[in-house]
Amino acid sequence: MQAYFPIAVLFGIGIALSGGFVLLSTFIGKKRPTPEKMGPYECGLDPIGSPRQRFSVKFYLIAMLFILFDIEVVFLYPWALVFKDFKAAGLGPLIFGEMVVFLIVLGGGLIYVWKRSALEWE
Amino acid sequence: MDYTVAALKTFLIFFVVINIVPLLIWLERKGAAYIQDRRGPNRAAIFGVRLGGLIHSLNDVVKLLFKEDIIPSHVNKPLFILAPMIAMFVATITMAVIPFGDPVVIGSHAPFLLQVADLNVGLLYVFAVSSLGVYGVMLAGWAANNKYALLGGLRSAAQMVSYEVSMGLSVVGIFLMAGSLRLSDIVNQQGANLFHWNIFLQPVAFFIFLAALFAETNRLPFDLPEGESELVAGFHVEYSSMKFALFFMAEYAHIIVGSCIIATLFFGGWNIPFVSSEWIKMNADLVLKILWMGLGLFSVVGGSLLCRRFKKQRYGDLRDFEPLVFGVPGVLTGFGLLGLFAIFGNKVFLPEWGPSVLLAAIQIGVFLAKVLFFCFFFIWVRWTLPRFRYDQLMKLGWKIMLPLALANILVTAWVALVN
Repeated sequence: MQAYFPIAVLFGIGIALSGGFVLLSTFIGKKRPTPEKMGPYECGLDPIGSPRQRFSVKFYLIAMLFILFDIEVVFLYPWALVFKDFKAAGLGPLIFGEMVVFLIVLGGGLIYVWKRSALEWE
Repeated sequence: MDYTVAALKTFLIFFVVINIVPLLIWLERKGAAYIQDRRGPNRAAIFGVRLGGLIHSLNDVVKLLFKEDIIPSHVNKPLFILAPMIAMFVATITMAVIPFGDPVVIGSHAPFLLQVADLNVGLLYVFAVSSLGVYGVMLAGWAANNKYALLGGLRSAAQMVSYEVSMGLSVVGIFLMAGSLRLSDIVNQQGANLFHWNIFLQPVAFFIFLAALFAETNRLPFDLPEGESELVAGFHVEYSSMKFALFFMAEYAHIIVGSCIIATLFFGGWNIPFVSSEWIKMNADLVLKILWMGLGLFSVVGGSLLCRRFKKQRYGDLRDFEPLVFGVPGVLTGFGLLGLFAIFGNKVFLPEWGPSVLLAAIQIGVFLAKVLFFCFFFIWVRWTLPRFRYDQLMKLGWKIMLPLALANILVTAWVALVN
């Protein structure tokens, strides 16, 4: 627990710094609002339509793929950490073979996504 | 007592790292200028001393603090205010696990860590925390209620999550060899032998990690989220004053922390090539003498070079004397150091705690030198390479780097198995 105390301090510093700067600029800066200033910035033109429009489903897909693949990455970390211990215990081929199977499944998923052209942006 | 020391140390490390930010902004502007064959910032001055434009960074802070803080009427106010705070907060707390040197052992005291916290989850903490940065960017883009901002935020989110996968996969090989997520273990495993550094053992991982880091920090070859020519400024179009500055500072803080991680993972951290820490500790007196002489010579040569510039350049105003302000004291300090060395050089002996402290100072210096080099590398790349197209970006991330990272893991595991 003691190891995490400095991190709590750093969290405090981070919050104080970012919050402090926002507060400072709110109080120090002059406020002279004009209708032009308070409107959306679009290079001087009036915006057409709402900005809350539907966006490409590709972004949604990327987010889902990220969750899938990133979880696989998390599975790989403990494997990498214990690899040497397993090898020292004479179980090297076992742990290597296990991970090859895992990577084949993962690579298969990637190839499937690729072939279904979920990664095409043209 | 322990807690006080830990808190003070945290403040100190934070202070050092956050103060590289203005330095880096200066380096960016000056580096860009020299790459584009111009002089760059050199006007702001305090009593005629310009420090080659370094004062500009100071001025920027003051200017941004006093600017009008515009919160447009169409934004989602709580999220709009929260987003830059998240960005800066995330950039600040990522530095917690970076080791700046070996733990300092003095006598029978407990070892003094030269890092905020030595967590056994080390790099996992870095990834966990730094991936929160995407919230800042996305919320900023969404809350601003502006088409440019929304597009910038969307692009940025998709890009950051895409490259995070490759980034996470690229370092698996390093864990495999070090058998630990603790950053100090990874540094110790690389040791002082240059050819055992991970840049030579894991070159593919290094390039994947580097490219992914550029994408994560939204720097130039991957700066589509802010692409000036199409999105004005991307996710932070509607921000002004210090809220804009927070995004700006967060970007640079990310660069610094990223450089620290690269130096730690791939370039031996605080290790000096071919000079082991034990050797420095054993020969502390000799090292101190070499450093003493070197510093003296450096001051003399640097100072006299500056003094020569005084003769060459004539503006006819206060600027003429600027080289002298630094040149003359430089030469004098240098001669002073050399003179002291000539008189006392052989009579100085380090106290018992001397070697440890000297070693720590050298290690911190070497580490910071590596970090600054990578900071400069970021700037160098930014002003050299053009921007990717969005489909190229996604292709690189998913179709090239991801399979390459997977192959790298397989090959590393195979080599580790056979050896």
